[in-house]
Amino acid sequence: MDFLIYNTLNYPVISTVLLLPLAGAIITLFLPGGTGKQASIQKIWGTLVTLVTAAAALPLFFRFDRSSHLYQFAERHDWLPALNLEYVVGVDGISLLLVMLTVLIMPVVILSSFSYIGERHKEFIVSTLLMETVMLGVFVSLNTILFFVFWEAMLVPMYLLIAIWGGKQKDYAAVKFFLYTLLGSVFMVITLIFIYVKTGSFFIPHIMEHPFGLEAQVLIFLALALAFAVKVPMFPLHTWLPAAHVEAPAPGSVVLAAVLLKMGGYGFLRFCIPMAPAATQLFAPAFIIISLISILAGGYLALGQTDLKKLIAYSSVGHMGFVTLGVFVLSATGIQGAIIQMVNHGITSGALFVCAGLLYERTHSREIADNSALGKAMPVFLSFFVLFSLSAFGFPGTNSFVGEMMILVAAFKAHPLIGATAIPGAVLAAAYMLRLTQKMIWDDDDGHGHGKHDKTKGWDLNPREIVTLAFLGLFVLWIGLAPAPLLEVTQESVAHLVNQYQAGIDALPQAHHALIWSMAEFLKGLI
Amino acid sequence: MQFLTEYTILISALAFFAMSLGKFSPSTLRQAALAAAVAAVAAAAASQDYTGVYFFNAYSIEPFSQVFKLLLCIGLLFVIAMSPGLLGVKERLNAEYYFFLFLSVFGLVLMASAAEFLTLVLCLEISSFSVYVIIPFRRKGRGLRAQMEAALKYMMFGALATGLTLYGISYVYGITHTTYLNELATIIPGLISTSPMLVIGFTLILCGIFFKMAMFPLHFWAPDVYQGAANETTTFVATIPKVGAAVLLLRIAVLFGQGSDLLTLIISVLAVLSMTVGNLSALVQNDVKRLLAYSSIAHAGYLMVGIAAGNGEGLTAVSFYITAYLFLNLACFFVIYHLAPQGSNIRFSDIRGLYKRSPVLAAVLAAGAVGLAGIPPTVGFMGKFLVFVSAVRQEMYPLVILAVINAGVSAFFYLRLIRAAYTRDTEKQITLHLSPFSKCLGCVLVAVILGMGLFPGPATDLFGQAMKNVVPLASALQ
Repeated sequence: MDFLIYNTLNYPVISTVLLLPLAGAIITLFLPGGTGKQASIQKIWGTLVTLVTAAAALPLFFRFDRSSHLYQFAERHDWLPALNLEYVVGVDGISLLLVMLTVLIMPVVILSSFSYIGERHKEFIVSTLLMETVMLGVFVSLNTILFFVFWEAMLVPMYLLIAIWGGKQKDYAAVKFFLYTLLGSVFMVITLIFIYVKTGSFFIPHIMEHPFGLEAQVLIFLALALAFAVKVPMFPLHTWLPAAHVEAPAPGSVVLAAVLLKMGGYGFLRFCIPMAPAATQLFAPAFIIISLISILAGGYLALGQTDLKKLIAYSSVGHMGFVTLGVFVLSATGIQGAIIQMVNHGITSGALFVCAGLLYERTHSREIADNSALGKAMPVFLSFFVLFSLSAFGFPGTNSFVGEMMILVAAFKAHPLIGATAIPGAVLAAAYMLRLTQKMIWDDDDGHGHGKHDKTKGWDLNPREIVTLAFLGLFVLWIGLAPAPLLEVTQESVAHLVNQYQAGIDALPQAHHALIWSMAEFLKGLI
Repeated sequence: MQFLTEYTILISALAFFAMSLGKFSPSTLRQAALAAAVAAVAAAAASQDYTGVYFFNAYSIEPFSQVFKLLLCIGLLFVIAMSPGLLGVKERLNAEYYFFLFLSVFGLVLMASAAEFLTLVLCLEISSFSVYVIIPFRRKGRGLRAQMEAALKYMMFGALATGLTLYGISYVYGITHTTYLNELATIIPGLISTSPMLVIGFTLILCGIFFKMAMFPLHFWAPDVYQGAANETTTFVATIPKVGAAVLLLRIAVLFGQGSDLLTLIISVLAVLSMTVGNLSALVQNDVKRLLAYSSIAHAGYLMVGIAAGNGEGLTAVSFYITAYLFLNLACFFVIYHLAPQGSNIRFSDIRGLYKRSPVLAAVLAAGAVGLAGIPPTVGFMGKFLVFVSAVRQEMYPLVILAVINAGVSAFFYLRLIRAAYTRDTEKQITLHLSPFSKCLGCVLVAVILGMGLFPGPATDLFGQAMKNVVPLASALQ
C-alpha cells in the first residue's frame, strides 16, 4: 500500500521550503554585522528570505489535491540505510494548514522586529530563520526520527531568542522553557525506538497501520502525550508558558504563540490518535477534563493579570484548551475545528503579541495601566487591536468564531455536560478582552476619559507596522467570513484519521474492549 | 607498508627525544609537532587497506584497527593544532612533552592492533606511563600541589587498574589456557554462560578499561587530573586515551557479546551508576574542566549501554559514540584554550558574555555543549540514538529509561555553559581575537559536529564494516 503522492511540481517544493530559510540563515552569517544601515540590510534580507519562502510554499496550498487523504508533494531519500532511516517528507490536510501558517507568520515576525530588536540584529535574523526551518520540519516530517530531530533542534534557537533579546528575567524564563520542553520529550526518543523495534519502521504512515497491543498502546500514548501536553501546553504543565511569553521579545512571543504551541496539538493528531487509538479512547475522558480545566483556568487567570503579555499568555492557555478539547472529543467536526482553531490562534495571538510589542516600543512598559487611555494618541493602532480582541473571544465574523463553534458543536454532541462546561471559557475570554480594550482606549487616572496621551506624541503606526497588522487582519476576516477553503483542505485527512481511529478500536479483541469500557465508565463517572 | 602509522609516530617521538637534548624555541617545536601529526594522519590514511596477522598472531592489522588508528591520529592532530602553543607547560620541557605525547599515542596505536592479552597490557602501559609523566609538566605558580596530586592519583589508580586487569587475565588464562584473542573467541562463547570464574576474570579485565575511560567505580582520578593538569594535557587525557580504551573495550566485548547475563547485569548497573554519579556531580561544578571530567564519567556510562546490549549494532554504536565524544570534547577544550591564554583553569565567570567577545568561540562552545547533552541535530544525539536502538532491541528497557532520564538531567549543566556564554554579561568586555587558522579550526569542529549528526551514514557504514572483521571474529555476534 502506498501512502505517498510524490511531488510532481518542477521543483522539490517541500525541501525548497525547508532549505530556503536555512540557506538564508547561513548567508546572513556572512553579511556585515554592524548597526545602523547594515542592520537594516540584514532585516530587509530576513524579510526577503521569509517572503520568498512563503511564495515557494504557496503551490502547496493551491495545488493540493483536496480529494485525497494521502501525503502529497512527498519526497523520499535514504538517510541512514543501516537502520532504515529515511528523509521522507510530505503534507496532508492536517499538516498543510500549519505549514502555511508558519510560512505566512514568519515575515510578520521579522517585520515586527525592525525597531523592537535593538542589538545583535544579525544573530536575531539567523535564529529566527533557523526556527522557521525546524518548525516547518516538524510539520512535514513523515519519519519519526526526522520529526524528533526537528522537534528537539527547535530548543536551541528558541532558547537564544528568549535568552538574548528577552526582558528582565529572560534567563529564568529561557531555562524554564528549555528544561520543560526537554524533560517533556525525554521519553519520546525511547518510545520512537520502541516503535521501531516492534514494527521495523520509522515511517509514520507505516506505523499507523501497525496494530499494537493495548499495553504497548498505553505506553506509547502516555510517553508521547507527555511531550505534546507540555508543548500545547495543558494544565498543569503550562507554567513555562507565561514566563517564556512575557520575557521573550515580542517577535519571539509571536513565534512561540503562533507556531510552537501548535506542535503539541499536531503531535496528538499525527501520533497519539492513529498510533494508539485504543489508548486514546481510554484516556480521552481524562484529557477532556484537563482541557476543560485549561480553558477555565486560563481564562480565569487571564482575568486577573495586570501585565499585557501575561494576559495574552494565559488566554493562550485557554484557547489551546479548546484545541485539545476538539482533538479529544474524537469526532470529525471536533478535530477539524481543532485544526482551524490552531490556525486561528496562531494568527490572533500572534497579532496580539505584535501589538504588545508595538506598545512596548512606545511606552516601555507591559503594564496595562501604563498603556491605558490611548484612544486619542493611537486611533489606527487601536482599530487593529479591537479587531484582534474581537477575534480573540470568538466574535462572529472573525476567524476564531468558526473554530470555537465547531469545537463546541462537537463537544455538545459528545456530551452536553462537556459543552456546557466549556461555554464559560468563551464568556471569560470576552470578559478579559473587553476589559482590556476598554482600559486601553478610554481609561484614565481621573476617570473622565480625557486621555493622558494625545496625538502630539506621534505614536501612531508607521506604514510598515500598518502593513504588518493589516496582513494579519486580512486573515482574521477572510477565515471568519469564508472558512470553506480551509475546511475543504482538511476534510479528507480528518475523515481518514477518524476512520483509522475507529478501525483501531474495532481491531482490538473483546477483552480489551471490556477493560477500556470499564475504565472509561469509571472516568465518565467522575465527570 | 602496513606499519606506516606505527613507524611515523615512533620516528616522530624519537625525533622529539633528540630535540629535547638541544635547544629549540617553543614555536619551532610546535610546528614540528604539527608536521609530525599531519604526517601521522597521512600515514594512517595511507595504510587503511592492509590486512594481516604478525608477530605470532599477537598483532593484527585489519579494517577495525586501521580505522581507529586513523581516528587516534586525527585526534592527535586536533589536540596539537588547536593549542596556540604549550601555554600551560614549562618552556624548557616542551620537547620532552611532545616526546611523551607521541610515545603515548604510539602505545595506543599499537594497542589498536594488539590481539593478545599481554600485548594489550603492554601497549596500554606504554601509553599510560607516558601520560603519568606529562601530567605534572605544568608551569609553577598555578598550584604545584594540585598537579602533583593529580599525577600521583592518576599513577596510583593506573597501577591498581593494571593490577586488576592482570589478575583478571590470570583467571581467563587459568580456564582457557590461552591469551590469544582469536583462540579465546572460539572458547569463550560456549563457556562464559556456565563459568562464573570467566565472568569474574572479564570483570577484572574491564576494570583496566574502566580506569582509562573514567568509568565508575574507577573514576575518582578524573576530576582531579582534569583540574590539576595543564589544559593541553587535560585535552589529551580527555580524548585520545579514551578512544584507545574504547578500542580495547570493543575487542574484549566481542569475546563475550551477550554470552553472560551476569556480566551484562554488572555492566548495566555500573553504566547507570556511572551516568548518575557523573551527571549529579557535574551539576554543582564551577571549574569548567572539572565539569567536563564529571561529564566524561557520565559519557562512559552511556557508552557502556552499547556494550551491555552486546549485539553487533551496539558495538558499532559504541564506535560511533566514541568518535562523537572525541569531537565534542575537542570543541569544548578548543574554547578553553582560547579563553585561557595564560594556561589557567576556566571558571564559569570567565565564559560570561562570550558571545559578545568572540561569536566563533561561543558558537563552538554551544555546539560542543549541545552535542554532549545529546540534542539533535548534533553528532551527540546520533551517538545516543544508535546506542539506545541497540539496547531497546535487547529489550533492556530499565537501562535505556535510566539513561534517557540521565540525559535529561545532564542537559541542565550543559545549558549552564551556553547560558554563561550567551546571557550573562560581564563588565570587562575584552574582545578575543582569534587567528584565521583558529577560526577555521573552530568552524571545522562545528561542521563535523553538525555534519556527522545530520549525515551519520558514512561513519556508521565504516564502523559497521570494521566491526564485522574484528579478529576474534564474532561468533558471539550471531
